[in-house]
Amino acid sequence: MNLTLYVWRQKDAKDKGYMEKFDAKDISPDMSFLEMLDVVNEELESQGKDPIAFDSDCREGICGMCSLNINGVAHGPERATAACQLHMRHFKDGDTIYIEPWRARAFPVVKDLIVDRSAFDRIIEAGGYISVGTGGAPDANAIPISKDDAETAFDAAACIGCGACVAACKNASAMLFVAAKVSHLVNLPQGKVEAKRRVVNMVAQMDKEGFGNCTNYYECQAACPKEISVKFIAQMNREYLRSLRYKDK
Amino acid sequence: MQDVNAAPTTASMPARLLNRSIGKKLLMSLSGLVLLGYVVGHLIGNLQIFVGQNALNAYAVFLRSIGAWLWIIRAFLLGMLIIHVWFAVKLYFENRSARPIRYKRKVYQEATLSSRTMIWTGIGVFLFVVYHLLHFTFIVTNPQYSHLEDALGRHDVYSMVILGFQNYLISAVYLVSIAIVSYHLVHAAKSMFQTWGLNDTNFEKILRPATVIFAWLILLGYIAIPIAVLAGIVKLPEGVI
Repeated sequence: MNLTLYVWRQKDAKDKGYMEKFDAKDISPDMSFLEMLDVVNEELESQGKDPIAFDSDCREGICGMCSLNINGVAHGPERATAACQLHMRHFKDGDTIYIEPWRARAFPVVKDLIVDRSAFDRIIEAGGYISVGTGGAPDANAIPISKDDAETAFDAAACIGCGACVAACKNASAMLFVAAKVSHLVNLPQGKVEAKRRVVNMVAQMDKEGFGNCTNYYECQAACPKEISVKFIAQMNREYLRSLRYKDK
Repeated sequence: MQDVNAAPTTASMPARLLNRSIGKKLLMSLSGLVLLGYVVGHLIGNLQIFVGQNALNAYAVFLRSIGAWLWIIRAFLLGMLIIHVWFAVKLYFENRSARPIRYKRKVYQEATLSSRTMIWTGIGVFLFVVYHLLHFTFIVTNPQYSHLEDALGRHDVYSMVILGFQNYLISAVYLVSIAIVSYHLVHAAKSMFQTWGLNDTNFEKILRPATVIFAWLILLGYIAIPIAVLAGIVKLPEGVI
């Protein structure tokens, strides 16, 4: 199949950037979206041109590195699918595809389609952990956890931190990401100990990074490759409400 | 640029409400809930026009009779309106600046039109509130029929409303405005539960249709009044020109 691509090109963080047109020729429908870009890049390199820079790592939908806004949708048109797992069979011969980086003030573009997502790391540093004395591995079932709690925590823990929620949100809000991390920990007994400090500090850091505010559009859960539910945002709101009077000792 | 590397400060409770995104959401929804409650209460009061002139005018006298309380309630509602509008505008600009470079292509998958147009329907509601107050409360826009008295010497609210809505232009403004208010409420009523953390996947399935039905009831309840006047179902009493 042959496609027309419009790709965001930007030399570095300071460059203004523009959309550049490419022809992707002889693309197999069995290729992944990133493999299609690899083919385009090989062609560009053979012509001595600068290849399109984009993030990728595992290419099996679990690492959260890929970050492409494809035809106006974060990770492209397939639900619950990261861009690396999106296959070209979902497009038609002759299609025009717009490829843009995640757009958010908190995610500045590094080059072309690559954005700096270290804002997420700093939010995790602000409270996305439990403080425990390390030592010998504890007994696996030393702390009993109900099946329901374990499942809920795991649903939240499925977040791979790709940032599609921010990219999809009209307000570039990071609420689904932060909610997933907060809920992942607060649904487990180990995470309950620091629950109040965690939500207060993570929300504070989220705001500091310059993400927008949540207005309950629910675009985030539609874009999430791991189908994290907005019910976790409700849970985080609840946790935040509980922590209004919390004082750090 | 903000110093993103600084350690997060555990702010005091007012700061957690006023300066943090979730706090601002809570204030928006709390003030919105009060205003929504007023929209419902006001509708119930207004529907007394279908009972008749005596009921509506007696209700108006009752509202005036609570004296200081009326002003306390009005001040409270005004305060809530100010909070709601203030944070709406603040959040709108914050959210805009969170994405300085827009997408060339953007397709919405789940966000409803109602949710995406809250700021615009909100401006519509605000303008309507201003006009409505000038029309029926402060009696600025149509003073000619607003100082009538009924047979018992009470302020004739009943005739004032009918004479107002007999004007097609005024009725049209009200119909459109009420539609905007209702559309604003579709997202508002649903959003509130999410903000207060009272939502989960199962509840969401009931909540969505419930808020749409609620908004329709508000719409139909309010527009019934101008429509009934225009259709001649609610008529002027004898002796009023």
